[in-house]
Amino acid sequence: MELFTNQVLAGIATGAIYACMALAVVMIYQAIDHLNFAQGEMAMFSTFISWQLMQWGIPYWWAFLATLIISFGGGILIERLLFKPLAKAPVLTNVAGFIALFAIVNSVAGLIWDFTIKQYPSPFGSSPFLGSQLISTHQAGMIGVTLGLLIALYFFFQFTRIGLAMRAAASLPESARLVGINTSWMIALGWGMASAIGAIAGILIAPVVFLEPNMMGGVLIYGFAAAVLGGLTSPLGAVLGGFLVGVFENLAGTYIPGVGNELKLPIALALIITVLVVKPAGLLGRPIVKRV
Amino acid sequence: MSAAEEVVTEAPAVEAVPKRAMTLGLGTSLVVLAALVLAPLFVKNFIIFQMTMLLIYGLAVLALNILTGGSGQFSLGQSAFYAVGAYTSAILMEHVGMNYALTLPIAGVICFAFGFVFGQPALRLSGVYLALATFALAVAMPQLLKLGFFEHWTGGVQGLVVTKPDAPFGLPMGQDMWLYYFTLVITIGIYIASVNLLRSRSGRAFMAIRDNEIAASAMGVDVALYKTLAFGVSAGITGVAGGLGAIAVQFVAPDGYTITLAISLFLGMVVGGVGWLPGSIVGSAFIIFVPNIAEGISKGLSGAVFGVLLFLVIFLVPHGARQVAIVAQQLIGKLKK
Repeated sequence: MELFTNQVLAGIATGAIYACMALAVVMIYQAIDHLNFAQGEMAMFSTFISWQLMQWGIPYWWAFLATLIISFGGGILIERLLFKPLAKAPVLTNVAGFIALFAIVNSVAGLIWDFTIKQYPSPFGSSPFLGSQLISTHQAGMIGVTLGLLIALYFFFQFTRIGLAMRAAASLPESARLVGINTSWMIALGWGMASAIGAIAGILIAPVVFLEPNMMGGVLIYGFAAAVLGGLTSPLGAVLGGFLVGVFENLAGTYIPGVGNELKLPIALALIITVLVVKPAGLLGRPIVKRV
Repeated sequence: MSAAEEVVTEAPAVEAVPKRAMTLGLGTSLVVLAALVLAPLFVKNFIIFQMTMLLIYGLAVLALNILTGGSGQFSLGQSAFYAVGAYTSAILMEHVGMNYALTLPIAGVICFAFGFVFGQPALRLSGVYLALATFALAVAMPQLLKLGFFEHWTGGVQGLVVTKPDAPFGLPMGQDMWLYYFTLVITIGIYIASVNLLRSRSGRAFMAIRDNEIAASAMGVDVALYKTLAFGVSAGITGVAGGLGAIAVQFVAPDGYTITLAISLFLGMVVGGVGWLPGSIVGSAFIIFVPNIAEGISKGLSGAVFGVLLFLVIFLVPHGARQVAIVAQQLIGKLKK
């Protein structure tokens, strides 16, 4: 039983990271209807920026804040320069664009900071949480930050003018434009926010997986799985999906014979395909209706 | 366009290509063919090997092009089919002792079945979701190949070594050159078959689905059948390419068939021009040579150069090599006047 609780808690903790990634994926998906395959690399780059700031002697939380602002600006810049011109292009061109971005960011990070593995500090420390052996303070912190982020996003979208405008621009762009919303900037804002949320995910996971240019490869795929599981149109679904994928992955690794560590990833992927086939809109997403 | 219209009509995933524009003219084809036949006589073995790989990747890009340019579905998981083909050939040659040439059709058939089966769930997905599902397949494949359960056959992490075939009938040519011509013949055969497939009734059904699925089904096209069929054919050809690849490289191992390969093939198609079959070779050249050249300029830079070039292609020539070819044709036309 202790093993079970342990695995579930550890699953929830890693699930928090997947939830962050999934949130970022959903933000961009809401804004432009595309999956950002470069999301993980953008998050990795942000994490490196925060690491560099700390190397220059800036305290953790200031570096954290600065990284969020830089990432936000970077996200907007990428949208303005690279993806705004592609807005009317077919899906395929966009996918190619995301892959190109992936390659560039990964390679540039490798050039600047090279491929050696680096330690990354945790603001919460790694001692046991409240004297319990089940979960460390860092894991508890990860869960707390994710939930805080979700609540903040909820208030942003529900109760602020900009949040409302963003939702309007995402669901009915033409009508939103007619009532005077600058839909183009709403998309850029979505990119900026996604980039900042990705940065948080990267900074949170870096103490666990260590810092290096390829650190987000696996995480992004779980993030996709989480986003798809929860529904690509629902931020709450993304977070729920993140926790579910984390727990599912850990339990499958522990209890299904022959799965172990090697097969965890394929299992998560099988989960994506199963969900897509059975319930394409995800758990909390709204189904897509096509009119002829 | 009114606002309401824009909301309800979904843009197709791929831009339509006119049917005539899918191939080269006869004259150009013959020139390219002659160049491909004669080139190995004048170059070193290593370059012959690279040309063989060019044809093999070209074949894999062609297969993806049939799927995407033909039926409008796209896949980031071609490396999985390529891997299955490669392993089929390698296992049949090394464990069963079969002749290398015979393993290729078997690899093709197995991959066709695999693709057809994978196409079943894929039927319900489109656009982004399909990209994601196939992406998942490509990521999972190397892990599956490493499984202890299959290790007796696949060689696990170590992989399998494949013997390179000699030229038959005592022909006076080296192994590399023989393999090049062998690959060339297969490539040409599959190219001709593909052109004919896309011009046939089935090909027209593919394109109808690509342009408007609902309209196609209203006209009586069996959408489910043709979508899975496109997946099957594409996987089958990719499998043959994979088998050839295994013979040429003389080695199969799980890490040779990662998502990077799938992405390369996808990019090859974009660079070559979606739906323009001759572009496959151009795209294949892009994915083989560009990383090498970039690596030569600065180590570790290849990803960045690759990405930047790709953005340039997307922005400047969104139709890839096809667009360049059309512009070139028009220029030549003007010069003749």
